Amino acid sequence: MDILYLLIPLSAVLVLAVIGLFGWALNSGQFDDLEHEGERILDADAHEMVDAPDFCQTQT
Amino acid sequence: MSVRPAEALPVYEDAPVRWFALAAVLWGVVGMSVGVLIAAQLTWPEFNFGIPWLSYGRLRPLHTNAVIFAFGGCALMATSYHVVQRTCQTRLFLPALAKFTFWGWQAVIVAAAITLPLGFTQGKEYAELEWPIDLLIAVVWVAYAIVFFGTVGTRRVRHIYVANWFFGAFIIAVALLHIVNSAAVPVTLWKSYSAYAGVQDAMVEWWYGHNAVGFFLTAGFLGMMYYYVPKQAERPVYSYRLSIVHFWALIFTYMWAGPHHLHYTALPDWAQSIGMLFSLILLAPSWGGMINGVMTLSGAWHKLRDDPILKFLIVSLSFYGMSTFEGPMMSIKTVNSLSHYTDWTIGHVHSGALGWVGLITMGSLYHLIPRLFGRREMYSTKAIELHFWIATVGIVLYIAAMWIAGVMQGLMWRATNPDGTLVYTFVESVKATYPFYVVRLIGGLIYLSGMLLMAWNVIKTVGAGQVETVRIPLLPAHA
Repeated sequence: MDILYLLIPLSAVLVLAVIGLFGWALNSGQFDDLEHEGERILDADAHEMVDAPDFCQTQT
Repeated sequence: MSVRPAEALPVYEDAPVRWFALAAVLWGVVGMSVGVLIAAQLTWPEFNFGIPWLSYGRLRPLHTNAVIFAFGGCALMATSYHVVQRTCQTRLFLPALAKFTFWGWQAVIVAAAITLPLGFTQGKEYAELEWPIDLLIAVVWVAYAIVFFGTVGTRRVRHIYVANWFFGAFIIAVALLHIVNSAAVPVTLWKSYSAYAGVQDAMVEWWYGHNAVGFFLTAGFLGMMYYYVPKQAERPVYSYRLSIVHFWALIFTYMWAGPHHLHYTALPDWAQSIGMLFSLILLAPSWGGMINGVMTLSGAWHKLRDDPILKFLIVSLSFYGMSTFEGPMMSIKTVNSLSHYTDWTIGHVHSGALGWVGLITMGSLYHLIPRLFGRREMYSTKAIELHFWIATVGIVLYIAAMWIAGVMQGLMWRATNPDGTLVYTFVESVKATYPFYVVRLIGGLIYLSGMLLMAWNVIKTVGAGQVETVRIPLLPAHA
């Protein structure tokens, strides 16, 4: 089962990376205000649609 | 025409979103059509037509690659590019690179459509494409990661909405899985040998294969779910806290489930046990996602009555819950000893694929596509409703047929006479399976017809709409 020499260290590095990522998120305030974050996506698009016709944009 | 500097009026970059969304519908039709053809071939081998390029063995991976990577992949790229911009309130990072990901991904799909029927294959499930295409996939994927994470990195909202965590995990995991599993030694332009061998290759392959399910087909589409369900229901996610908890639990646990594909093989017992254990644990974070999505409708269940898009989204979560219960059950060794190599596995796959992945994609695209063309709704809401019922009937016929066939096969294969000889020959189980293959074909045809109805609706919607630029809100509610 030589493949374990690859898979286990790889998994360990991955777990450490995941823990590091979680730590960053925690410290940078990602989890500070969970009550309102779910609602944000609902009001952000109040001005979603349609632009004034007096400016040109090239369409692709 | 007044010319204003770009910074004064930032706009979203939705061209790649539009292209990927329409491509997803096209590849959905193509991939499901190949599925119907191979289902017909299993029922009536005459449909192989004696032509190598149309033979079942070559077309099966074309079907799986088309529905997972072409249909699913384009849907994920369209929605991730849309969601990351809207939730970060910033324009897509390096739009030219994003456009490259579109053309690069279509090149991968076309290359697959040509090489697989020609018989070029690495022989690894969901990783059949030969090494030159693997290299192209890696290049496109790195570009995709740069665009996505660059957009998150240049966000104007400090908080990273939960959907982006799911998309981000999906992108990183797929990169890792692809690079490790596709390691091969090329011999000619279209032939290579895996860097691994024997049961070790099998372990790497099913570490990849199950995480393709867990990260490509689950985490990615949960990202889709976490944006389009609240948007369509006009209610916030039921528990934002739960979404974060189950995200971390999910991405940690999924990585270990792969060995459940290798029960009772040459893989060491302890590895099989780990796969079984983590697969069972996985039930909890998976159901966390399902509950969160379904309960978002709490206090608004009445909306399900009149909104067929919500029907797609909520029923997809029901199938997700079903599949993520069935999967852990099938990961138990004793259950697996019956189900392995039978059509029950196919039934399980399609309950997840048609039920979860298919329906959440359809619901999300029905929400997204009109908005990409300056409209609030699709051309025909009645057609969406009809599609929903057609799809559901198709799914139920498909999976019921496969469940019955699968359990029957498992029981027939293990039936022994008192003297220890087998009761049934293998071909007898094949013959007994025939009627269920007919029902499965009918189910698949019905599901495909729903997809064709969607394609019609999309074409009419695009025809009646127009591309408009969408300004990024200059004053976000909370910075």
